[in-house]
Amino acid sequence: MFPAAFDYMVPASLDEALGLLSRHGDDAKVLAGGQSLIPLLKLRFAAPVVLVDIGRIDGLEGIRRENGHVRIGARTRHRDLESATELRGTLDALLDAAPLISDPLIRNMGTVGGSICHADPAGDWGAVMLAVGAEFVVRSSSGERVLPASGFFQGPFTTGLRADEVMTEIRVPVPTGRSGGTYLKLERKVGDFASVAAAVHVVLGEDGRVTAAGIGLCAVAAQSTKATAAEAALVGQAPSDEVIAEVARLAAQAAEPKADIRGSAEYKRDVTRVFVQRGLRTAINRAQGVAA
Amino acid sequence: MNIAFEINGAERSVDVEPRTLLVDLIRTRLGMTGTHIGCDTSNCGACTVLLDGRPVKSCTVLAPMVAGRKVTTVEGLASGGKLHPIQEGFHAEHGLQCGFCTPGMMLVGAALIESNPHPTEDDIRWGISGNICRCTGYMNIVKAIQHAAASKAAENTAGVA
Repeated sequence: MFPAAFDYMVPASLDEALGLLSRHGDDAKVLAGGQSLIPLLKLRFAAPVVLVDIGRIDGLEGIRRENGHVRIGARTRHRDLESATELRGTLDALLDAAPLISDPLIRNMGTVGGSICHADPAGDWGAVMLAVGAEFVVRSSSGERVLPASGFFQGPFTTGLRADEVMTEIRVPVPTGRSGGTYLKLERKVGDFASVAAAVHVVLGEDGRVTAAGIGLCAVAAQSTKATAAEAALVGQAPSDEVIAEVARLAAQAAEPKADIRGSAEYKRDVTRVFVQRGLRTAINRAQGVAA
Repeated sequence: MNIAFEINGAERSVDVEPRTLLVDLIRTRLGMTGTHIGCDTSNCGACTVLLDGRPVKSCTVLAPMVAGRKVTTVEGLASGGKLHPIQEGFHAEHGLQCGFCTPGMMLVGAALIESNPHPTEDDIRWGISGNICRCTGYMNIVKAIQHAAASKAAENTAGVA
């Protein structure tokens, strides 16, 4: 299988890329690592007139800490985030998710921003970014916008990104206080999409109560989903087993899974509950400095 | 369009349609058939090549994406008539049955012991988790990579002494 013909453009700068996108609009598609787009091109589910390869543009890769945020260049490979062990202890959900994405070879090519913009409802980063409260920096010829992860995922493969925009950076706030998180994923085999996955992130105050909580769900709705009612039920609480069980129950209510080859809707909803419960225990233990 | 890149240490310049997949460029245009096409859907890893030293699936890379970069295929492992330690490992440990997955497995193994000279069995199994052996000969593939890591380590020690 090979893609339908397209015009291939390799802009040397971001401005050049944005000019191409504003000129070609919906006819153009941005190519980063290609690990989602190239399969779609080969199946001819996507047949853009113009492919804009942003692979040669400087400044889109790398992970750095600045102004209270971890700033992840949108073209950073999954593999490079997987190796960013300096995030351990502050943003565990990111580090736990990275090695569970597809397989090692795909992680060597695929990019964090590309995966987020592709917005597969079973893509891993969406749930993680919702849990850690990330923001996405996007650019077009007419300027820059900063979009919160919450609200970005609007449906299957549908986001708040406009056709003339490129995501340049993911900003994750560094938690102030003791924090912990994790990502739990059920997959039939390495390389498969999640049957169900959940990302959790908690911050504890001086008194041991939860001051901030993030819960993101993967593959259990038409888009990556933030379990806001469950989050609200956790904030302000001293985390007990009873609280965690109730929060997990609320998170499962936010899931709208569909039955498919990977399981029934009831099964997926219950795995959601179990994963949020287990994940919260791990996250809270980590925040408390208890070996998990 | 014209693309120039390095393959197995040699500079090459070729005219390709932009939609050409890297695996087709390597097999059809360059005549190097050691890189296999298995599933053609990014699942099996038979088409694995190294791109700037990292294993990738060449059925899921467009040819123009490798312009200016270094590609290594299985043909690039041996040098000067001497097998690469990973090839010796697969030979010594009977790391292949039908051989279809072998080029990919060897490239993944070679990249693994380059970045992690003393891999545990878990590291190896994790490293090859994107490559499928349909003969299910994983036990010996793992042993072959362990063998290669050990002989490479011995070589390095000898070099120091």
